[in-house]
Amino acid sequence: MNGMAVESARIERSAPARAWKWLRENAITIYGGFAIAYMLIPIAVIAVFSFNDPAGRYNFTWEGFTLDHWSDPFAITDLTDAMVLSIELAALTTLVSTALGTLLAMALVRYQFLGRRASNFLIVIPMATPEVVIGAALLSMFLLYGVSPGFNTLFIAHVMFQISFVVVVVRSRLIGFDRSLEEAARDLGADAFTTFRTVTLPLLAPGIIAAALLAFALSIDDFVISNFNSGTTVTFPLYIFGASQRGIPVEVNVLATMLFAVTVLAMLFTIWQQRRAERLAATRPEQEQEIETTLALAPGQGRA
Amino acid sequence: MTAIRRRLVPYFLLGPGLIWLILFFVVPMYFMARLSLEEGTLTEGFRFTWQFSNFTDSLAESDTQFVRSFVYAGVATVLALLIAYPLAYAIAFRAGRWKNALLLAVIAPFFTTYLIRTLAWQTILNDTGVVVDTFKTLGLVSEGGRLLDTPGSVIAGLTYNFLPFMILPIYASLERIDQSLIEAAKDLYSSARTAFWKVTLPISAPGIVAGTLLTFIPAVGDYINADFLGSQNQAMIGNVIQSQYLVTNDYPSAAALSFVLMALILATVVIYIRFAGSEALMGEEARRA
Repeated sequence: MNGMAVESARIERSAPARAWKWLRENAITIYGGFAIAYMLIPIAVIAVFSFNDPAGRYNFTWEGFTLDHWSDPFAITDLTDAMVLSIELAALTTLVSTALGTLLAMALVRYQFLGRRASNFLIVIPMATPEVVIGAALLSMFLLYGVSPGFNTLFIAHVMFQISFVVVVVRSRLIGFDRSLEEAARDLGADAFTTFRTVTLPLLAPGIIAAALLAFALSIDDFVISNFNSGTTVTFPLYIFGASQRGIPVEVNVLATMLFAVTVLAMLFTIWQQRRAERLAATRPEQEQEIETTLALAPGQGRA
Repeated sequence: MTAIRRRLVPYFLLGPGLIWLILFFVVPMYFMARLSLEEGTLTEGFRFTWQFSNFTDSLAESDTQFVRSFVYAGVATVLALLIAYPLAYAIAFRAGRWKNALLLAVIAPFFTTYLIRTLAWQTILNDTGVVVDTFKTLGLVSEGGRLLDTPGSVIAGLTYNFLPFMILPIYASLERIDQSLIEAAKDLYSSARTAFWKVTLPISAPGIVAGTLLTFIPAVGDYINADFLGSQNQAMIGNVIQSQYLVTNDYPSAAALSFVLMALILATVVIYIRFAGSEALMGEEARRA
């Protein structure tokens, strides 16, 4: 920055040269802008086509504007049922996988024990396995045991693939954990459980919430593994896949747009809440915490 | 707390989660291995006969799809890196107070169901769409040519769908860079470019390694993009496994292919990490632990 300022003060340049210089300095910002546009375009297309009035069964070409599909987004019962089922499944599996994953993360970060490396490996390997393989392997087992696939097998499968991601997110929060706070609680006479409940858990909460959100998103979005292990049970992605063969109803776009809006609002709310909490508490460096929540919502960062 | 109880604590914490992973990940893998060596049909039942020909036969039949999967996933990973790195860099260093809003804009699309996002690309690249028309006017697509059902459309879908897995690890590693290191490099008379190549890039290497792996692995096994944006001529190995399992019920061949796929991916990952240096991946963690 300093170098550039000196340089520009030194010489008055011609207009094209100045434009070129500006372009060079801001190239990366411009590129970033295009990249973000690229990422948002499909979402815009989904939203726009939720107002489409398609002539046939296929919602691919723009025919005309209508609000019909927004007036009754839950008109298609199969679709609504699938959506409800997906939400139930995601809520239940998130509860279980977040509990199991948090315990795993605690053990891995805080204790040295025999089999630690093996446990780490067992947690990482499902994330490095393609979904088709996981889905196929589970189906193989269910077939051999004569278990007929349905809600139960979906539940088992979803918890299984969520656990690893929960561990990764919670672990990244635990690694930066200041253990002297727990020691202080113990010194002040709190027993192990009280310390956990009143010190450890509240401090871990952002990590656990982020992990739970991620687990929920993974479950509600899962198609591949569910496709193998669903039997006749239909989740939201499975409904869409089935419908894609015979033409997707516009209501799918409506629901997707609604979901998108709700997610964005929820994320904005989380960020706003956190800013407020920070202003009140001001215990940690401001920037760090904000980014953490946003980041922790996505997989992979713990492995980085 | 006694010493023995204390030593048992980690196992109590690990117990439930690890048992779940063993029962529903390790054991299924074993059953799949068994299944890959059986013979028979769905109606007659399957018998375990060390049927190694399942591997050789199905490989011989699907070698094109294997090669195609690795090529498509490889190209998509490189493209995703080219899009993600500058974007992550811009957000980390140039966005200022807009940082969180931009991060949100990057993540939010991926809370829309994966299938719907892919269907949106189907709409965008559709034969009657604006994009095809524009490409035709520019002469990039021949008259009567299409964008859908080409390797390009499948690779574009793969690139788009796994982009956040590339952006976030890179962003996380860039975000942690201590700016004073870059200033130090500049104080020592390095140009902005040299400072980037010698300081910023090496420090963000773990993010790149993690991002490329997180993009490449799901992309190789994917079959949605090939299904929605491609035709039979773009079928990937995931499509083959899926249809053998769920359509033709040829479980032994499908199990054999799944195993080969997993082995090939593991081999690729091991070679890649060797090449990139394992500390590039684990360095961050090792330092903090």
